[in-house]
Amino acid sequence: MLTYTIRRLLLSIPTLIFIAFVIFMLLELAPGDPMAQMPLTIPPEVKERMRAALGLDQPWWVRFPLWLNQFFIVEPQYWIDSTFGTSFAEGKQRLISFQSRSPVFDTIGQRLPQTLWVVGMSYVVGVLIALPIGIISAYKQYSVFDQAGTFVSMIGFSVPPFFSGVLLIVIFSVQLGWLPSIYDTTLVVNSWDTFMTQLRQMIMPVMVLALQTTAQVSRYMRASMLDNLSQDYVRTARAKGMSESVVVLKHVLRNSMIPVVTVIALGIPSIFGGAIITEQIFKVNGLGQLLILALQGNDIPMVMTITFLLAVLIVMMNLIADILYGILDPRIRYD
Amino acid sequence: MTDTATQELAPLKVEKPRNQWLDVWDQFKSHKGAMAGLIFLIFITLFCAFGPLLWNVDPGKLDVRNKDVRPIYMLLFDGEAKVNWANPMGTDNLGRDIMANIMQGGRISLAVGWTAMILAVLLGTLIGVLAGYFRRLDGLLMRFTDLVLSLPLLPLLLVMMLLFRDPLRATFGPENGIFILIVVGIGITSWMQTARIVRGDVMALKEREFVLAARSIGTPPRRMITRHILPNVMSPIMVSATLGLATAIITESALSFLGLGFPSDFPTWGKILFDSVDRMTAFPERVIWPGLAISLTVLAVNYIGDGLRDALDPRIRGL
Repeated sequence: MLTYTIRRLLLSIPTLIFIAFVIFMLLELAPGDPMAQMPLTIPPEVKERMRAALGLDQPWWVRFPLWLNQFFIVEPQYWIDSTFGTSFAEGKQRLISFQSRSPVFDTIGQRLPQTLWVVGMSYVVGVLIALPIGIISAYKQYSVFDQAGTFVSMIGFSVPPFFSGVLLIVIFSVQLGWLPSIYDTTLVVNSWDTFMTQLRQMIMPVMVLALQTTAQVSRYMRASMLDNLSQDYVRTARAKGMSESVVVLKHVLRNSMIPVVTVIALGIPSIFGGAIITEQIFKVNGLGQLLILALQGNDIPMVMTITFLLAVLIVMMNLIADILYGILDPRIRYD
Repeated sequence: MTDTATQELAPLKVEKPRNQWLDVWDQFKSHKGAMAGLIFLIFITLFCAFGPLLWNVDPGKLDVRNKDVRPIYMLLFDGEAKVNWANPMGTDNLGRDIMANIMQGGRISLAVGWTAMILAVLLGTLIGVLAGYFRRLDGLLMRFTDLVLSLPLLPLLLVMMLLFRDPLRATFGPENGIFILIVVGIGITSWMQTARIVRGDVMALKEREFVLAARSIGTPPRRMITRHILPNVMSPIMVSATLGLATAIITESALSFLGLGFPSDFPTWGKILFDSVDRMTAFPERVIWPGLAISLTVLAVNYIGDGLRDALDPRIRGL
């Protein structure tokens, strides 16, 4: 298992470098120009100097290794410096955003908590709703509850977040006036009232994202439970005289969770993709909104870094899912 | 001996040999959700394709005097509401008829969905068959598929939309350029699942006796794939095609919703929704019409996919 993990970790390095290269070349080949927003009155030679100041006068085979160096060596050094007070990164150039002229990672650090709160919360809520639905649907197959669960997950698959979000706003903010439609990120939670405000503004974005998660996870949970409920060991457990709750919740549930846990791990990156749209609807100033702003402003370092971080997340979650599968299921051996 | 055998078998031959697709259709008909989905999909397709012929209103025509007309059902709640029988679904803030816009937008959304799905399925089938049939290509193609799967696709799609829009618009004109860009963008980011499924099925088929028999009489690989392999992997391809149609429609609407799709005078369902969000407090119906159109179409397609999967699975057919 350990050798497998190490081998996979080593293999993920070339994968990530290749992905970084693909993203870099896509941005490089694209004809968008970060100078496009500048006034037309700037003389061409000044524009050339400005391009040089952004480092754009160098060919890609110079800039790509530079980016790799900044991302993988300089930025971690800065992070170590700020944590332990050392000075590894003294005088080294950090990744700078074209738009704000501030380090990319500082901006990401400011935006990350909002996204993590909304996305993480919605994932936890979604999974917590999905698991009981899946278990009951499978245990009472073809019952009214099962049909309703199937229908709800079909809706979760079919209604895109930009419609369910808008629909929720129309119902709960416009018609009923219960919940705020805009997520206020300046709110500081320091009392019961502010806590309630925070809770109320989080309900809708969390629910929109959780619906997607619930739809997917409850389907997997149901299928996996159904597979296990017809196994011989379930009959044996019942024949031994174990109570139904022990049979279902201990024997069957534990075995059914094995594939579901990997699905949950694999779903984490895609929920960040969904967050791009949800943040746009509820005006959360998180990573997704930052990405859209950076795209519109041709802010290449910012787009590159955010996209690459998402790729790292996908590769890592794939790895974690595979390793978890091996740990949880002793029948599976990676050799 | 032979005579008696033929006599005994004779009554059995009364039943005509049935086409495989008739069996599939019979099974499909028994799935209520799938039939409802199919009927809705046909309805919405006809509505968008032939609706403009009957409802002869230019979707882009401005009529500022008749702006902000509410849909006619508003009369039920509010006798004073500004309604107009000439605009049964109401008009927007520039007086454009919403029903005409929904029809025109549906044409484009459905066209993008179908074309992108066909492109994705063709690509996925090609790569899946090549990887499954030719062992030499397998490792390379599947590594490539895994790599594409680990790319963050939505952000990359956004990057592609934003960066390639101007040159394509300059080359193919504003509408065709964006259409090509969106279709190609969605197509090349959603073929991977099809490729994986097709590859697995082709690898299993390759070990079957009929393939061995075909090879023994000297069938060249090209004919082998088109005559023997492809017809047998049609069912997973069709199922992933329906799922692909649903995702393509949603992705196009999402791009339009983020303001990175078609230009604003060019309606699609996602675009109409996006344009109406700012004024949804006063006119919620403008958001709900296109949203319902997208959601119901995708729901219908998903149910069709569900029914097809059941109908194409010979193990449960005829139950």
